[in-house]
Amino acid sequence: MNIETQDFYTQAILSMSALVGLMSFLMLGQGRLPRLIFVFAMQGILLTLTAILAANELHSPHLYISAFLTFALKVVFIPSMLQKQVFAMNVHRDVEALKNNTAVMLSGASLMIFSYYVLQPIIHTSSMIMLNALVVSLSVVLLGLLLMISHRQAVAHVVGFMSIENGLFFAAMVATDGMPMVVELGVAFDVLVAAVLFGIFFFHIRTSIDSLDVDMMNKLHEVER
Amino acid sequence: MNWAIAIFQTVLFVALAPLLAGFLKFCKCRLQNRRAPSFLQPYRDLLKLTRKQPVISEDASWLFCVAPYIIFTMMVLAATVIPLIAVDMPTSESADVIVLVGFFAFARFFLALAGLDVGTAFGGMGSSREMTISSLAEPAMLMAVFTITMTASNTDLSGAIHHILNSGSTLHPSFVFALFALILVAVAETGRIPVDNPTTHLELTMIHEAMILEYSGRHLALIEWASQLKLMLYGVLIANLFFPWGIAQSFTFGALSFALIALVLKLVVLSIFLALAETAVAKMRLFRVQEYLGFAYLLGLLGMLSHIILESTR
Amino acid sequence: MIAVYLLLFLSVAGIAFFALTGHHKDIGKLNTYINAVSLAMTIWLATTVFQHGTILSESKAFLIDSFNVYLIVLTAFVGFTTSLFSAPYMAHEIELGKLTEGRLKLYYSMYQGFMLAMYLVLTTNNMGIMWVAMEGATLATVLLVSLYRTPESIEAAWKYFILCGVGIAQALFGTILLYYAAEKLGNPENALLWSVLHEEAAQLNPDILEISFVFLLIGYGTKIGLVPLHNWLPDAHSEGPTPMSAVLSGLLLNDALYAVVRNKMLVDGATQSHIAGYLMMGFGLVSFLVAALFLHRQKDIKRLFSYSSIEHMGLMTFAFGIGGSLATFAALLHMTVHSLVKSAIFVTVGHAAQITGTQKMAQIRGLIRTQPKVGWGLLIGTVAIAGFPPFGVFTSEFLLLLATMREYPWLTPFLLLGIGIAFAGLFRHIQPMVYGEKPEGQLPIKANLIPVMVHLGLALWLGLAIPHFLSDWFSQATLLISGSAL
Repeated sequence: MNIETQDFYTQAILSMSALVGLMSFLMLGQGRLPRLIFVFAMQGILLTLTAILAANELHSPHLYISAFLTFALKVVFIPSMLQKQVFAMNVHRDVEALKNNTAVMLSGASLMIFSYYVLQPIIHTSSMIMLNALVVSLSVVLLGLLLMISHRQAVAHVVGFMSIENGLFFAAMVATDGMPMVVELGVAFDVLVAAVLFGIFFFHIRTSIDSLDVDMMNKLHEVER
Repeated sequence: MNWAIAIFQTVLFVALAPLLAGFLKFCKCRLQNRRAPSFLQPYRDLLKLTRKQPVISEDASWLFCVAPYIIFTMMVLAATVIPLIAVDMPTSESADVIVLVGFFAFARFFLALAGLDVGTAFGGMGSSREMTISSLAEPAMLMAVFTITMTASNTDLSGAIHHILNSGSTLHPSFVFALFALILVAVAETGRIPVDNPTTHLELTMIHEAMILEYSGRHLALIEWASQLKLMLYGVLIANLFFPWGIAQSFTFGALSFALIALVLKLVVLSIFLALAETAVAKMRLFRVQEYLGFAYLLGLLGMLSHIILESTR
Repeated sequence: MIAVYLLLFLSVAGIAFFALTGHHKDIGKLNTYINAVSLAMTIWLATTVFQHGTILSESKAFLIDSFNVYLIVLTAFVGFTTSLFSAPYMAHEIELGKLTEGRLKLYYSMYQGFMLAMYLVLTTNNMGIMWVAMEGATLATVLLVSLYRTPESIEAAWKYFILCGVGIAQALFGTILLYYAAEKLGNPENALLWSVLHEEAAQLNPDILEISFVFLLIGYGTKIGLVPLHNWLPDAHSEGPTPMSAVLSGLLLNDALYAVVRNKMLVDGATQSHIAGYLMMGFGLVSFLVAALFLHRQKDIKRLFSYSSIEHMGLMTFAFGIGGSLATFAALLHMTVHSLVKSAIFVTVGHAAQITGTQKMAQIRGLIRTQPKVGWGLLIGTVAIAGFPPFGVFTSEFLLLLATMREYPWLTPFLLLGIGIAFAGLFRHIQPMVYGEKPEGQLPIKANLIPVMVHLGLALWLGLAIPHFLSDWFSQATLLISGSAL
């Protein structure tokens, strides 16, 4: 089951999964918001390409619709909305001081190993190398979480949230050739609504704490003081 | 016959190195809207330096005078290991990629010692910086190279290139990571922007230049030549490892000359890219270098991981 | 089946109507009417299921069986009574100037949106749609949590949004894994239908299902409020408008638990082991104990009762985790009575907060002297939720203890300890609020306590005697979930 013995489609999907994973790592190390959003859009483009590739290879036309939805939402709509927010808040020049960047990166790598470890029982049950892409998508999900933990800007949190969605979408597409159409549409609808709500929230947060720094939201505690 | 070609290849390596540096300078000048010196300028510089009498500080020990020769020799030895225009050379079979990294480390060790030897402030500073960077760059480089050699199940560079050539047009996700990691390491190790700037003598920023500040005459020529050689070594390593097409697998005249043309094209493309990057990117602060190299290491690690996760046999 | 379509259509119409039309004086009443009709629909649906057994719609998109039908009725019922309460409550908030009319419209529109999502979670047969609806419930309520636009409420809403969004993403990953396992059986179009999966559960790959269940439990568990994923819950409950807290506690948590139990049934079928049950028991017990301890450290009355919700959800998760027929029966009963009592409590708490103008327990005093109905309501509600006989919570907790003693006797002390701690934690706060000295100038307000009385009355009834049709239902559901009759 070496990669050399696989057909071109498998190789392409595997390369795409590696690149999607790389995008997640790039996001993780990014202190500047415009660049972060740009990398996020790049990830969206990679997902779109993967969807088109899969649709073409598997002759499942509904994946074209997924590809289109991904492109519209994750490459055009969400990044442009976030970019607008960043410029409106005038934080596009700020470099967020990431605490312990190297440690975050290395813990990102360990998360990748961890997801491999978690999913190993599944991989053993299957002969398909394609399933390995599941590992990458799980690590994209976990890296999205790590991104949210390590960044303080609300915009970065949204990017993390959306990249988690990216990982899930990738898993759905590669491992299972896409979920049933209703579910895909439902998920896309949820993402759209979530994006709009995030937009509204930025406005609220800005008006209430005059910043998009999440650390400033610290009024509520588990045990009140 | 094989030995003759091996020696010819090494000579070619050594002889072409200043040309590559000259071409790179030319590209950079044109990109920055300046009039460029001729491609051959580095040869003229070297020639001029060898004619000049070296001035040696009275505090310098024998080590200071020996170091340039050792460094240059190491680079030439390294050049024998890396396949330039043909694979299966007897020289490259005798040493593998770990030895190559060892050659680089050896040369760097003596360069750092020489920097310390004279006892000037700049020399010591440069040496310490160089060692910091290289201690971070070396694991990253090994990680990147191991990714390739694991695919080929062979630490021999010739063998690896063979494997890649013979496995057809396979898309290796891990190679993407390894390539980026190796490029980052190469930039750091050859002292280019954004890690170090070869054209500056600003005390706050210089690394490589600080160590060789006390050298002059033929010693300086040798060190300059060695560092040009190092640049070429990395360039050829990247070009031939990741894009090996065109390299000669048989020792016929046609194959060799075709390989030479292919190599020149590859290096031209590579140096244009490097020049573009150097023009577009600003030099970063020294304290950011560890982040940069940490990222290179991470890429190498990811390459290794994606090789194991995505590509390997189970 | 028509009832289901009508039910969903009614909610959609409600959303659209409140969102698109101008402001009405009687907007609250209108909301009540919609919920009343929905309740009627669900009762119609329930009688149909009661007479004819499980209904599967022709497109297989909806499935109504004995497990979810009673939850649907419960949802509609709590939705209805809470809307009864919310009409005067929100009107009062407008009078106080805390809200504008535009936001009131948003409130009612999203109220219906939330109900729609809840109905969809319960009625759908498709595990993917279940996820979509669950996420939809978050999206519908998140703007309600920040309805007052104070910095605290925005913080709470952001926390709620991010934590639940991220948490539930894990559930989607679990669902994808489930789909992946099911797809191998062929017929990918039906591979997410619960009815199909349940029939073929034994053929599903147990390894994949185990892993998928971990993700599903974490994902939906965030919504249930299981410790350590519970952080959003007290914030969202305390900062949002009180009717919202009532439906969140009474409905959303239940429905998330419902989703977990549905998935557990598949996993149990596939693995033939008790792994899913152990996971749920562990999470449930930890949530129960931790939340009971946190009760003692609260200062805000709504936070107090939201921790009590976590505690009870933990108890239910634990009960479903044990998995025998007795424990499952207890869990189903507990779901019902907890919903009833907890929403009643939040309604009274809302009134109490309006009387005193604060949510800080230290400043709420002498309720029974200012407005006896509210005071008594709060007291009786707390007595009921703490598990005193003769209320239904006592019955279900007693059954659960019995089941635990039978299956895992060494866990019984923990349960008893937790119940004791929780009781102490509630009463040390409630007693002074109800009895203490009445502050100067505290006046009664216009309150609608009929929902509270109805809820508590029902809980009392369930404690004294479970009516025949309900116990039949519970038995059927128990048979369905645990595989063994009581």
